[in-house]
Amino acid sequence: MVPTLAGVVLLIFFLFKLFGGDPAQILAGQVASQEQIDAIRRELGLDQPWYVQLGIFLREILTFDWGKSWITREQVSHIFLTRLPATLTITIPILLLEASLAIPTAMIVAYYRGTLFDRAVMSICVAAMSISFLVYIIVGQYVFGFQLGWFPVQGWSDSFWKNLVTYAPLPILLAALVGLAPQTRLYRSFFLDETKSDYVRTARAKGLSEPAILRKHVLRNALVPVVTNISLLIPGVFVGSFLLEIFFSVPGLGREIYLAVNRSDYPVIQAVTIYLAVLTMLINLAADVLYSFVDPRIQLR
Amino acid sequence: MAAVLDVTPENAWTALARRLRQDRVGAVSLGIVAMYLVMILFAMAGLLARGWSVEVGVPYANPSFLGDRPNLEAALAKRMEHKGKVPDLRDIDPLAPKYEEWAKRTGELKSTERERSLTLPWGGDRWGRDVLDKAIKGSQVSIAVGVVAALCATLIGTLLGALSGFYGRWVSDVLEWLYNVFTSIPAILLVFTLAAVLRSGPLASLFASGIWTVVIILAFTGWTGMYRLVRAEYMKHRSREYVLAAQAIGASAASRMFVHILPNVSHVILVQLSLLVVAFIKVEVILSFLGLGVPIDMVSWGTMLAEAQNELIIGKWWQLAAATVFMAIFLTAFSMLTDSLRDALDPKLR
Repeated sequence: MVPTLAGVVLLIFFLFKLFGGDPAQILAGQVASQEQIDAIRRELGLDQPWYVQLGIFLREILTFDWGKSWITREQVSHIFLTRLPATLTITIPILLLEASLAIPTAMIVAYYRGTLFDRAVMSICVAAMSISFLVYIIVGQYVFGFQLGWFPVQGWSDSFWKNLVTYAPLPILLAALVGLAPQTRLYRSFFLDETKSDYVRTARAKGLSEPAILRKHVLRNALVPVVTNISLLIPGVFVGSFLLEIFFSVPGLGREIYLAVNRSDYPVIQAVTIYLAVLTMLINLAADVLYSFVDPRIQLR
Repeated sequence: MAAVLDVTPENAWTALARRLRQDRVGAVSLGIVAMYLVMILFAMAGLLARGWSVEVGVPYANPSFLGDRPNLEAALAKRMEHKGKVPDLRDIDPLAPKYEEWAKRTGELKSTERERSLTLPWGGDRWGRDVLDKAIKGSQVSIAVGVVAALCATLIGTLLGALSGFYGRWVSDVLEWLYNVFTSIPAILLVFTLAAVLRSGPLASLFASGIWTVVIILAFTGWTGMYRLVRAEYMKHRSREYVLAAQAIGASAASRMFVHILPNVSHVILVQLSLLVVAFIKVEVILSFLGLGVPIDMVSWGTMLAEAQNELIIGKWWQLAAATVFMAIFLTAFSMLTDSLRDALDPKLR
């Protein structure tokens, strides 16, 4: 994990160093005298050799002190702490809702495997996946927010409950709907893999009904890859909802980084990228450790 | 006996073609994809949708089948045109001495007033451009970005995967480290980081036009899956008999890697490549929508959707419909073709 982390830091540092714009130029703006630019360069340590700059970069990472955003002058650590709750208010319900819809749907489709119903649902899934997420959001926001007025078109408040009950439902429902098709397809294949195994044949041979086999035998075993897949989705909760946040004006982390890209606000981009990479690694590590508890056949090397 | 001896092993690619023909869904999908390719070739050659950026109709021209729909926006634009003459500011305008020079220079330029039609086959956008032409041109750009980026990512992933799987040891260690670095950064953040760097950095002017910014972003972030697959295949193949035999007759490492092994793993690469095309087209659409993709003087499905969002509120749904339908049909057909391809190439299903 440590070499990987070092690699991430080096990758980000050299990407910005070699291909990024000159920070002094961006900070000073269009009309700036050479003295002003030189002063900024001295302040940021840009006149030092690259290894000193890398040292400054490392110190910023380790002390969580990235200074202020170049554009809004807001503390970067403050951006993190204030934007994350809004993002999680949307993404965690999406994750839960998707899983609780996709698993039963996949089971039903797997029960009717090979029939016209199965093929129809699978074809609909492929077609649904071919429509851009953007279209679902644009049309959903227009129909349910603007035309029917069931939900507010966009907005956010300071109260968690008000957000969860009034502002979050439409983005959550739209995302869950879109996530349903690919997840159903995937989980169906997990269920079908299990139905071919010997223990299912044994269960059939002793006369169990097909629903009972699916529910008691297949489901339990198929849940292992399903849980793996869900754990792979968990790191996505931090910025995965950036499109929803942009459309619905949710002050979350994903929208913040999109704005930072548009404003060439390098400190924000660098900080978010590195800390989320660390977080992703920690979550994956935690998932691996959990596996060895859940399934004793899996051993950590 | 003769009949038995006649059986020569079928060439893998003819077998693939035969199996694809038998698969009805695959054949239909292939037909649709081929039609799109013909359309793109025509658009590239300038036979189709050449005038997508010409303002041929009134603003928000109605689709032909909805010709009677009231079009307030066009009426408003027309009223603005005939607002009477400009008030005379000659006494107070400091630029007044330049008026004559300007008038002369304006006279030198020829301008023709184009007859703007009230309806277009599938409606017009805000400037009166033909939405159908835009959708065709947008298909060309979006699909080209997806295919070119997928080819680049495949090239990177195959090369690194082949090196890593074939040589093992420290080569593999270094490349595995690189793989871990790239996969531990959430994909969308890597995309955003690259977009930020390429937009404001010294390379910005180099990629200001054309599709290369978005192709580089996609290829640079999307090679990891291909690398993993190709590496696993090369690890499996490097000690097979046919590779050892090639080594015994003195084939170099490069020759064994790319002449002997590569054709035998090409089916894996082909399927992964088509999956990448679908994924990349989707990402390109989102990036272009956000203004981080193709430049503004080009049209793609993403830029069309970006315009469509505001149009929908005033009831002009045709651009949204055109972009969605063109994209959905292509991606559905391409995904189904990929599925058929995978089935046809799977030795277990023979």
